[in-house]
Amino acid sequence: MNISALYDCITSISAITSQLTTSIVIAMILFLVASGLSLIFGVLGIGNFAHGSLYMIGAYLTYTVVSTFGSFWLALILAPIGAGLLGIVVERFLIKRIYDAPHLYQFLLTFGLLLVLDDLVRAIWGFTFKSVPTPKIFQRPPIFFLGSPIPFYYVFIILTGGIIALGLWFTLSRTKVGKIINAAASDPEMIEALGINVRLVYTLVFTIGAMLAGFAGFLASPIRSATPGMGFSIILESFIVMVIGGVGSIGGALIASFLVGLLRSFGTIGFPDFELGFVFFLVIVVLIIRPWGIFGHPLE
Amino acid sequence: MNWIRLHSWWIILIGILLVFPLFSPSLFYINNATEILINALFGVSLNLLVGYTGLLSLGHCAFFGVGSYATGLLLREASSSIPAALFGGVLLSGIVALVMGYFCTRLTKFYFAFLTLAFSQIIYIVVVRWVSLTGGDQGLIGGIPKPPIHFAGLVIDISSRLNFYYLTVLLVCGSFILCKIIVDSPFGWVLRSIRENQLRAQFIGVGIRKYQISIFIVAGIFGALSGGLTALNINGCYAEHAYWLKGADPIFMILIGGMKTFAGPIVGAAVLVCLNTFIAAYTRFSGLFLGAILIFLVAFARMGIVDFLVLHKRKLWESYYGGGK
Repeated sequence: MNISALYDCITSISAITSQLTTSIVIAMILFLVASGLSLIFGVLGIGNFAHGSLYMIGAYLTYTVVSTFGSFWLALILAPIGAGLLGIVVERFLIKRIYDAPHLYQFLLTFGLLLVLDDLVRAIWGFTFKSVPTPKIFQRPPIFFLGSPIPFYYVFIILTGGIIALGLWFTLSRTKVGKIINAAASDPEMIEALGINVRLVYTLVFTIGAMLAGFAGFLASPIRSATPGMGFSIILESFIVMVIGGVGSIGGALIASFLVGLLRSFGTIGFPDFELGFVFFLVIVVLIIRPWGIFGHPLE
Repeated sequence: MNWIRLHSWWIILIGILLVFPLFSPSLFYINNATEILINALFGVSLNLLVGYTGLLSLGHCAFFGVGSYATGLLLREASSSIPAALFGGVLLSGIVALVMGYFCTRLTKFYFAFLTLAFSQIIYIVVVRWVSLTGGDQGLIGGIPKPPIHFAGLVIDISSRLNFYYLTVLLVCGSFILCKIIVDSPFGWVLRSIRENQLRAQFIGVGIRKYQISIFIVAGIFGALSGGLTALNINGCYAEHAYWLKGADPIFMILIGGMKTFAGPIVGAAVLVCLNTFIAAYTRFSGLFLGAILIFLVAFARMGIVDFLVLHKRKLWESYYGGGK
């Protein structure tokens, strides 16, 4: 425990700003993974433990594209597409078999998938971590905001994360596709009776989720190296965000990501190495007091 | 005679376990058998929840970790005797299970599973971060003292692999018998009714949560015994004992062996331990093989080995299930 460091931090504007920026960056990447996870759980009813692996695949694809073609922007397109394609294959061949299965089988299948993807990545890219250099265009002096330096790439992450959050919210609440997805979440039989192909909606949702995760992997690759275990480390936090925010709620996922980001970045200063403990504590409290999450709706 | 016929499988199993070391060519097999038995207890204890009560707990590693560390620390720091240390682990784990069970059983399905996972990871983080007591990531370095057990005038040295094997057989088979008695008692049948239909069970006057919490504690106790034996077996406690991946192990055993029979997780544990030993000997990509097996079993079979055998021996099936299904 280091209370005095925490006190020093929260009494200095520049320190607060720099910690806040860190937490927003953590939150943005977490949000991109967790919102897809939450969407998939809300519509398909599958708690996908392999979702973090798609994030990992996105990061590794970015590494490959950047090191072969030398273009960061090509990776911006290819990483989500690659993860999305993998998502389609996984959904069409495996996930479709467990829609009506008990949670035990859903856990086992997606967990088996996580093990397989982790080792495939080790087989293809090797056991060591791969780092992606920050693209040239972002290699410039940091921006000073309230006396604290903010790396230029952080600004890019925050902006793109924000744009995607807005776009996702807009698609889900203001467009026809979004309405169909919402309807599929609440009553798949009814919309099937209305002539909508529910199987296709499920595949679409799973693919959107996979692409979001792949994009998160792309965004994160210059600041966190690509490692075979990175899917493991983000999946629990994503589930936490999903549970705190409420299943299927994009706004909830965003707020919950910020909460987790804040707890982690300020927790690291005050209680080094115990920050994850706070996050788990938070999710336990939420599950006990409000099991459907802050922005979710109770089932009964 | 009827009693012997009814329990013939068990008598054969225990008989084989008792004479097995006489025919074992090397310590390797004895060590493997010890590991299988300890893991089987872990699987059977979780199956009390998954198979008999219909509760998917992803946080069973909590009890394994508590049992392992409590046993290790009691032996090391309090220099207690081995039975006392194992009992201490079991007792502490029972208390943890009471608290976890009280909160977790308020929820159902995915949320139940996730809350158990969250609780277990709090324990994991405490283990990792309380470095002065637990050694953190490194685990308890330097091993665990194993004082000889004094029993009825005999002095049994547990650091001998053979003696430890017999201790394991005694404790694990004793636990199996206790678990079997529990699941075949009226209490056990109430658990099955909760698994089959919670609402109906409620209508006939079953206080569901009371039963769920009780079996959660029982499962936690046997899970802790498995953890404590592991600490003695591998001569150390490691943070991974409380990590959620450890909690997935017994779920694999249940899937491989089958959850509808008592013996399922035992066979599952044997298969899993052998798989891990052989796969690790030939390849670095053990997750690839294990994951592929899991995916195959879930996607195409969805039935464990023992369940399959039993299903095709209708008669035996009915003696387990009392007809139906």
